[in-house]
Amino acid sequence: MRRVAVIDYGMGNLRSVSKALETVSGQSAQVFISSKPEEILSASHILFPGVGAIRDCIDELKRLGLDEVVQEAAREKPFMGICLGMQAMLTHSEENNGIDALGIIPGEVKAFDKPLSAAGDKLKVPHMGWNQVHQTCDHPLWNNIEQDERFYFVHGYFVSPADPAVVAATTHYGADFASAIYRDNVFATQFHPEKSQRAGLQLLENFVNWDGQC
Amino acid sequence: MGLAKRIIPCLDVDNGRVVKGVQFVDIRDAGDPIEIAKRYDEQGADEITFLDITATHHERDTMVHVVEAVASQVFIPLTVGGGIRTVDDIRRMLNAGADKVGINSAAVKNPDFVREAAERFGSQCIVVAIDAKRVSAEGETPRWEIFTHGGRKPTGIDAVEWAKKMVANGAGEILLTSMDRDGTKSGFDLALTRAVSEAVDVPVIASGGVGELQDLSDGITEGLADAVLAASIFHFGEHTVQEAKQQMASQGIEVRL
Repeated sequence: MRRVAVIDYGMGNLRSVSKALETVSGQSAQVFISSKPEEILSASHILFPGVGAIRDCIDELKRLGLDEVVQEAAREKPFMGICLGMQAMLTHSEENNGIDALGIIPGEVKAFDKPLSAAGDKLKVPHMGWNQVHQTCDHPLWNNIEQDERFYFVHGYFVSPADPAVVAATTHYGADFASAIYRDNVFATQFHPEKSQRAGLQLLENFVNWDGQC
Repeated sequence: MGLAKRIIPCLDVDNGRVVKGVQFVDIRDAGDPIEIAKRYDEQGADEITFLDITATHHERDTMVHVVEAVASQVFIPLTVGGGIRTVDDIRRMLNAGADKVGINSAAVKNPDFVREAAERFGSQCIVVAIDAKRVSAEGETPRWEIFTHGGRKPTGIDAVEWAKKMVANGAGEILLTSMDRDGTKSGFDLALTRAVSEAVDVPVIASGGVGELQDLSDGITEGLADAVLAASIFHFGEHTVQEAKQQMASQGIEVRL
C-alpha cells in the first residue's frame, strides 16, 4: 500500500494538505504527518509543504535534522514541494536579506518588485488569489487538468530556476514566472493544490498515483 | 488573462451557528456553517470568511471545531476573524485549517500585535479588518475614521492612514468594511474602497452594503477592490456566487468560472 508522508517542520498548517490527500487517496493510500526522519523515509511518497518565511523554514529543517531527509527523499521517491516548500528547494532566496536554501533545483527565489504594474494598473503583492497555470510540458501530474486551469496562489516571492528546462508551468503576474517545476522524481508548485478545489485535488491524486517517472 | 478578482461569502458565526447581522442588531439564524460552506464551494466561491461573533471566551472553542470540520471537506481558502487577540488564538485557527486570520480590535489596541503575528506566521495569513465610518460633512473632502466594537466605539484614527500603517506592520491583506453601508443593501462605499486600495500595495477586500449583483462589480471597477465580500445577498438564496461571477464576467471583469 502507498504511504504518503507530509513533512512536519513547524511551518504552517498541515491539516488541510493531509485532509486533501486523504480525500483523494480513499482506501488506496495511508497519509500521515511526521517530523521523524526514519518514518518520513519509510513512506512511498513524500510531500514537502510550507508557509511563512524562508529563514524560519531552513532554520527549522536544520534544527530538526530534516534538511538531509528532504535531500534524500528528493533523490529517490516521488517528492512534491508546495509553496514555501518549493522555494526551499532552490539554491538561494532573496527573502530575509538573502538565505541559502537546499539547492535541490539550482536557481534563485526572487521578490516581486513593488509596485508591480501591468498596463498601467497597480498589481498588489502578495500575489493572492486564483491565477492561470499554463502547462509547459507533458507530465503525469497534469493528467486530467485543463490547460490554463486556475489554482490558488498566495506568495510574495517566486522561483527563477537556472535551467529553464525544469519549468513545468508558468503563470502571469506582471511578468511570467515559474509556477511549477519538475525534474525526475521531483515536482513542485508555487500554488496551493490543497486549496484549489477540484483541480487541486486532481493534482494531488495524480501525485499519490505517480511512480516518480516523467 | 491573469489573476481573477475574488468573491468571498462571509458567514457570521455565533456559537457554531451561522447568523446574519443587520447593522449588528436583529440577528437571524441562517443555518449550519459546514453545509453553507459546502454550498458556496459548489457555487464557485473563491474563499470563505467566517466572522466569529461569539460573545464568551469558552464558547470560542466551538469556532475551532467549525473550522476543523469545514477544512476537512472544503478545499478552498478559509479566513477566520472575530476575537483574534493573541498569537495563540492565531495558531489555534491556523492549526484547525484556517489559511488566514482577520485581526480587528486587537490591532487598534496594540498595532505591534500585527507585526508580531506577521513575523511569526507570515504576512500571507494576516488580514487586518478595518471598520470605517465617514466622518466628514456633506460637501467636505471625504474622510473616514476607524471604529471598533461592531462600529460602536470611535477611535479618532484616520482609516486610510491606518491601512497604510497596518501594511507597514506586515498585514498581507486589508478587509475594509463600511460601517455606514453594512446591512443597508445600498452598495459599497466606493470612495472609501478606492481611497484605501490606492493607498496600499496589498490586496483590499471591499465589504459592507451589497444589495444587488451590480454592487459587487462596482466594488471592483469603481472601488478598485481586489476581492468583494458579501453575506446576505448569498445566504438567503437571492443570488448564487455563480450568478455574481457571470455578471462580473459579462462586464469584462476577470473571474474564476
